[in-house]
Amino acid sequence: MNSSALIFMVIIQATVTIFTAMFFRKVLKTPKQPEPDSYTENDDES
Amino acid sequence: MKTKQDAWGSRVGLILAMAGNAVGLGNFLRFPVQAVQNGGGTFIIPYLVCFLLMGIPLLWMEWSMGRFGGKRGNHSTPFILDTMGKRRFWKYFGVFGIFTNIAVASYYCYIESWTLSYVFHSVVGTFSGMDQGQVAAFFNSYLKLGKSTTGIPYEAVVFYLVCLGLNTYILSRGLKGVEKAAKIGVPLLLVFGAVLAFKGLTLGTDGASAAHPDASAWDGLNFLWTPQLGSIWNINVWLAAAGQMFFTLSVGMGTIHCYSSYLKSKDDVALNAVSAGFMNEFVEVVLGSLIVIPIAAGYLGLDWVKENAGFGMAFQTMPYLFDQWGPIISRFAGVFWFGLLFFAGITSSLAMGTPWMGFMQDEYNFKRKAAAWTFGGMILFFGLPTVLIYQVAIDGTVDQVFFNQYDYWAGTVSLVVFALAEAVLFSWIFGIKKGWAELLSGADIKIPIFFKYIMLYITPVMLIIVFLGALFVPEGNDWAQAISGLFHGEGWTLDHNSMIKMITNSGIKEQLSAATDPAQIKFLKNKIIIVNAARALLASMFIGISLLVYIAYRRRNKSGEEQAS
Repeated sequence: MNSSALIFMVIIQATVTIFTAMFFRKVLKTPKQPEPDSYTENDDES
Repeated sequence: MKTKQDAWGSRVGLILAMAGNAVGLGNFLRFPVQAVQNGGGTFIIPYLVCFLLMGIPLLWMEWSMGRFGGKRGNHSTPFILDTMGKRRFWKYFGVFGIFTNIAVASYYCYIESWTLSYVFHSVVGTFSGMDQGQVAAFFNSYLKLGKSTTGIPYEAVVFYLVCLGLNTYILSRGLKGVEKAAKIGVPLLLVFGAVLAFKGLTLGTDGASAAHPDASAWDGLNFLWTPQLGSIWNINVWLAAAGQMFFTLSVGMGTIHCYSSYLKSKDDVALNAVSAGFMNEFVEVVLGSLIVIPIAAGYLGLDWVKENAGFGMAFQTMPYLFDQWGPIISRFAGVFWFGLLFFAGITSSLAMGTPWMGFMQDEYNFKRKAAAWTFGGMILFFGLPTVLIYQVAIDGTVDQVFFNQYDYWAGTVSLVVFALAEAVLFSWIFGIKKGWAELLSGADIKIPIFFKYIMLYITPVMLIIVFLGALFVPEGNDWAQAISGLFHGEGWTLDHNSMIKMITNSGIKEQLSAATDPAQIKFLKNKIIIVNAARALLASMFIGISLLVYIAYRRRNKSGEEQAS
């Protein structure tokens, strides 16, 4: 690959990957809202 | 009217379902082809700018609108839009949010069934030892229903029915079924995509042969990624980049509104929307750019790719290229590639079923299973013509006339019309102040204030440009020449691909007037009949859904009057 293509590809792909990971990590790290929320995963069994 | 029927199991499940909705065949096929046809590296910058100025704002609008409507017990766009604008006609714009999904799912299920069939053929080694021409001929033969490649009679129809049955069954399980499919499908898609992208990235010149001695995957990557800033002023590239945004993010369809309508008022939409949007971009820009083009350039050379880049490469070229990797690896590669396309397809087609289901459950008290099976029935009714009706050209190639009409009017034009309407409604009718507050309600991220003004001015203007761009495509798609000609008093000659000329079938009529061969004349006359039949079916679908919306509206009014008295 030529150097300009390589640099451009790495910058764009790294930027997209970093933002994707950053936002998804924030989703995982954000504390769950107190009940009742929309998600049944953390609902009480009773 | 019911107010709540279903709920998402988890936030990650919702995001994967949204990402699965957005990630489709276009990420792996349309994006690289668009990039190749629009100058390679030239395309990426306008594409990313469009993502920021149009894609993300539209995602935020749709997520916010969905949650806003859901709070009022509406899970489909006709009555979501109705709650946001006082004028009665908004609910009929919302019809697009159901119509587009049924029409697109009708032919999308057919493409999905090809991928399923090709997984089967990859496993049994059908493509082993075939040359490139034979692989292309195989696909053509598959589309001709009378011929069987497996011994199963009408196998294209059988695979279509299997796919449709699978979609309907998963939908009948409700959001939990959709979520489970996304939780399995999206990670598998990422793994399959990563394996193939690694191969594309490392193939180099290993695929060069006596027939294609100069073939190199590096050439494909160089072409895609060498920045060419000078071409940024080319309006065609911008229109192509903006058009790609619709396909890749699944905006303007009504599916995002529907998924989001099952959220509660304090649930975040801002972070969820960008997270799902970027996940789609990761699949498209990172994985999508590293598979088809570099692998094809690695075996067949960049010139071949430039001349032949198109949707058909997935089925007509890739199996041949995989076969160069030996009998065992080629089977795995085939399963990975077509499995990847299948998962990308099914997570999108499932999303297309939910607006109809939400509408029928809300307005006509349908049970979930009944809503799912009526959707399946409609897809069968409207989709079978796309499977059964095609033309065989004089050179033997299959022209999927019916299919292409659905793709153009429902899969292209409707998206732009609906996205434009919803952007105007959100920012100007509902009001950007209320819309912005709705977006920020419960938000887990801070959104820069300039996006408020982007949503107010830039996004609607970009959508108007895209719409006008499709309506008035100049001859030869040469915008610079057309604009220059307009200022010199030469008028504006429309291309046969412009929406206006498409309506009048001018392209086919021109071919017809030039044709002298009786077989060709008959072919073109039949083509006009098929084209008009497909449009009539689409129009009847739109009118039928509008009628259901009207009846639902009357029922709501009657119910309101009874409660008041």
